[in-house]
Amino acid sequence: MGNSSSMLTQYDIEEVQKYCEDTFTQQEIVSLYSRFCQLDRKNCGFIPSDEFLSIPEFSLNPLSHSLLNMLDGLNFKEFVAFLSVFSPRATMQHKIEFIFKVYDTDCNGKVTFRDILRVLKDMTGQFMPEKQMEEILTQVLEEAGYQKDSVLVLSDFMKILGDSDLKMEVDFHVD
Amino acid sequence: MTTTGTLKSSSSELDLDRPNIEDYLPTGSSIQQEPHGKLRLHDLLDISPTLSEAAGAIVDDSFTRCFKSNPPEPWNWNVYLFPLWCCGVVFRYLILFPARILVLTIGWIIFLSSFIPVHFLLKGQDKLRRNIERSLVEMMCSFFVASWTGVVKYHGPRPSRRPKQVFVANHTSMIDFIILEQMTAFAVIMQKHPGWVGLLQSTILESVGCIWFNRTEAKDREIVARKLREHVQGADNNPLLIFPEGTCVNNHYTVMFKKGAFELGCTVCPVAIKYNKIFVDAFWNSRKQSFTKHLLQLMTSWAVVCDVWYLEPQNLKPGETPIEFAERVRDIISHRAGLKKVPWDGYLKYSRPSPKHRERKQQNFAESMLRRLEEK
Repeated sequence: MGNSSSMLTQYDIEEVQKYCEDTFTQQEIVSLYSRFCQLDRKNCGFIPSDEFLSIPEFSLNPLSHSLLNMLDGLNFKEFVAFLSVFSPRATMQHKIEFIFKVYDTDCNGKVTFRDILRVLKDMTGQFMPEKQMEEILTQVLEEAGYQKDSVLVLSDFMKILGDSDLKMEVDFHVD
Repeated sequence: MTTTGTLKSSSSELDLDRPNIEDYLPTGSSIQQEPHGKLRLHDLLDISPTLSEAAGAIVDDSFTRCFKSNPPEPWNWNVYLFPLWCCGVVFRYLILFPARILVLTIGWIIFLSSFIPVHFLLKGQDKLRRNIERSLVEMMCSFFVASWTGVVKYHGPRPSRRPKQVFVANHTSMIDFIILEQMTAFAVIMQKHPGWVGLLQSTILESVGCIWFNRTEAKDREIVARKLREHVQGADNNPLLIFPEGTCVNNHYTVMFKKGAFELGCTVCPVAIKYNKIFVDAFWNSRKQSFTKHLLQLMTSWAVVCDVWYLEPQNLKPGETPIEFAERVRDIISHRAGLKKVPWDGYLKYSRPSPKHRERKQQNFAESMLRRLEEK
């Protein structure tokens, strides 16, 4: 009866599950699907960035624009894969890879001083002058054994972020 | 806070309309647990709390929930009940619906055939004309309610007509207005609608003192505020009814109340309306369906069941700002009707939120960064 989530078959769900490496239960995928359909108001198969921005809690997020670039034009399977790193079942490796991707906008596997500065600028907005930010970042990089012109790769991120517990979980509650 | 007497709705005052979002949101871990110790590279690179907040909003958010029409429970897919349900469909569409159309048509004929002469012939006797028009509008609304077999239970004392009072109610659909209007001829503040509803607004409802405006016109705000002030002073004017949410919400939540109704210096009489979804969802999702379609949906269902509570009148307490007052009244209504409160301005349906709240997060982050930089 017009219940969109019933349109997913067992095969579809299993396919999506496989694609996101079993980080979600079937129930969770069903409820993610109804959310996807709700946001994909015009039935175009992906969620237009305008729809994401119409969620106030999302559009107020300092990183919303970086994330929008990653979310642009994702179909349902990719949408689930995108969110899968926020599942409690996702591995640390996945979570750090995801964070790395937020920094690495040009997807060349390298994060430069500029990349970090850009994210920091999103995070602090107008509340820190760029000059001061550069100084802080240079100082902190040097203390950690890097130089201002050194390039960070994924394994560096693993080393830096891997030893602590990242709080990167979202409640994928089932309605 | 600005003084309550001024009418100007400058942009800074508009901002005061905004709620304290932080009071409601599940606060992100980034702000809650203040990390200590020296700033390390790890702390600069770890953006996981902010990312989690964003992902959480993608998965579910309290704003979209307010405007979600709930799909009906599919109880009828059961071998025993299905034939019964089919009979119901046949009855509802082939017998009930035409009968209701007939009722509505008769209503319109009676209404128009008396309203038009009264309106034009009794030009000299304003008082008498207004009294008759008032009862005619009430009668027409009763016909409307009958056309969806409205089973409405009114609780509490009926509204009285006296100056310096304003009624505020939660808003689910335009039928809220019809349901309240059949008991008392209210003068309502409403968004100007297109089509036949707009025609009714500018002809018939004008005679009971209703005030129309356009949500998007900033100029209209001032005009409405002035009209409001004039209206509440008149002793013989119909009581004023305002839906301070400014938009239809799905009757599970309440969004922020606009403060306009609460800074008139009048007694505010809260009205809580709760629909029972047993037969039909009375939420009018104006993005998905036109009002005509919404009415047809109501007219083909068994009945519209709802409760209306006229609650105790409230006054501005000394030292209370209009916004605090609005929140207090929202509390009363939400509590009575069993609705959840969310911090959003309903107008966010039409616009983007102000960047103020993002700035607060950014400021927090920057400040904590600097603080930890000094720790050694």
